[in-house]
Amino acid sequence: MILQVQNVSKRFGGLRALENISFEVREGEIFGVIGPNGAGKTTLFNVINGVYPPQEGQIFFRGQNITGLPPYRIARAGIARTHQIMRPLGELTVRENVTVGACFGRESLSLGAAATVADEVLTFVGLGGKAGVLASKLNAAEKKRLELARALAARPSLLLLDEVLAGLNPNEVADMLAAIRSIRDNGVTIVMIEHLMHAVMQLSDRVFVLDHGAQVSEGTPQVISVHPKVVEAYLGDPKLAQRLLEGLE
Amino acid sequence: MSALRTPFFWGLLVLLGGVGLLPILNGSDSMREDIFLVLMLVILASSINIIMGYTGYVSFGHIVFFGLGGYVAFYLMLNHQVHFVPAAVVGGIVSSLIAFLLGIPVLRLRGAYFALATIGINEVVRSFVTNFDPFGGATGMFFNYEVYNGYGGSKNALWYAYYAILVVALLCAVSSLLIKKSRFGLGLLAIREDQDAAQVLGIDPARSKVLVYTISAFFPGLAGAIFFFKNGIIEPGPAFDLLRSIEALVMVMLGGYGTVAGPIVGAAVYEQLRAFLITNSTFSSFHLFVAGFLLLLIVLFVTAGLVGWLRQRAPRLRRYLE
Repeated sequence: MILQVQNVSKRFGGLRALENISFEVREGEIFGVIGPNGAGKTTLFNVINGVYPPQEGQIFFRGQNITGLPPYRIARAGIARTHQIMRPLGELTVRENVTVGACFGRESLSLGAAATVADEVLTFVGLGGKAGVLASKLNAAEKKRLELARALAARPSLLLLDEVLAGLNPNEVADMLAAIRSIRDNGVTIVMIEHLMHAVMQLSDRVFVLDHGAQVSEGTPQVISVHPKVVEAYLGDPKLAQRLLEGLE
Repeated sequence: MSALRTPFFWGLLVLLGGVGLLPILNGSDSMREDIFLVLMLVILASSINIIMGYTGYVSFGHIVFFGLGGYVAFYLMLNHQVHFVPAAVVGGIVSSLIAFLLGIPVLRLRGAYFALATIGINEVVRSFVTNFDPFGGATGMFFNYEVYNGYGGSKNALWYAYYAILVVALLCAVSSLLIKKSRFGLGLLAIREDQDAAQVLGIDPARSKVLVYTISAFFPGLAGAIFFFKNGIIEPGPAFDLLRSIEALVMVMLGGYGTVAGPIVGAAVYEQLRAFLITNSTFSSFHLFVAGFLLLLIVLFVTAGLVGWLRQRAPRLRRYLE
């Protein structure tokens, strides 16, 4: 198990953002997290990577208890993430942004080695031509790719992707899906939050469903897409679920 | 250290060193005094830039380290007959040490709160020193002329002070470049842009900020020690003069914050302007008005400052102008 989340709860004042959440992520899989807006998906990421410590429960990364560690320690341990709302370092160039990821990530590279990794990763995500541009000048789709590049440059063993497909056009989505598969094939375990159902159902080995901070279900895409509560709460139309599944074949 | 192989590094060294050598070559006292002041302002502005321009934390009361370094060194020279070079180094180290200790709690604050806290620190230290008898209290301390005999008389001592300020200015400018071009400096820039994102990328903001604050306090500490050695008298008012701090901020903004050359250019241009205004009968009484107005214009229209503006306008210059 690369990641174990055990009975985690997080409240903001009276709001129960996460209530007694438990799951495990296996080495090398793509683990999808779905749920309606406000279900607590991003909060779950924030709790895993140390932005907020949970009030209850524990999180283990490769058997090591990382509950309550600050984000930079968790990043160095090998968990990288992207942000749903992109956070480029605006006045730095694209290459510098990605170099930051490589310098301070799992491998703590020197500046020179980090710049080499940055160029490799930028080519991989298709931003090679923009390396010298200020990050603030990128468009939304490019900023998404920058988020991904920065996270990848850290050479993480676990990658948390927060809606990297949102706002992309169909071509860009297809490119991104291919990129995500290839990242996993290179040995990186991926947990992804995604609204785009066909993408989650196609990519994920297993899917975890959240609603109002509570765990609804967990299982393979086949199981999840016919789970009555998921169909009702999320997919709405049972036939839609069938059609989505056909994307699997 | 690859920053030491760039044309910018050599240009910086030649230009700053060359200007610094002028009074030594022609032996002019008045030129020496002019350039001493510019070099001192270069040190103050560059050190503020290291914390403000690279890390995004506006240290309004940075002058506190100038005063502290000055006081510590003066005390050692006067009461323990320490030579001024080691005394100045101790002054710089004590400034850094105090920055380190204060930085741990104060750098948790962000934005305007940090800026206000640094003003508070300056005022607290000024009040403390004003009531601290070993430092001479409100009247301060002064040398009698015998102190300068150890340096071949007061005339020679002025030259020693000049050499010292030149060396410190070069050290400060080179450190500023090395920091900016280092892995540590990249972490600082990331903190400046988005501290929370930087943390998620693996940077420990608290540690980086305290370290950079400690470094940025060292050079003003040395400059204060040299300035008050030359002055022969130190009092709380001139040592912890908030106005000087604000003027240094204007220089950073004028030249371009976050650049290496900016504070140097800003200090030189500002000092020329100030000298012109102060000697001009029409403006003499309100040069500060002009300084304030200048700051307003920069903040409104050329936020990047002179050097920053050049870099934006001519991206090809970026390789040569840090």
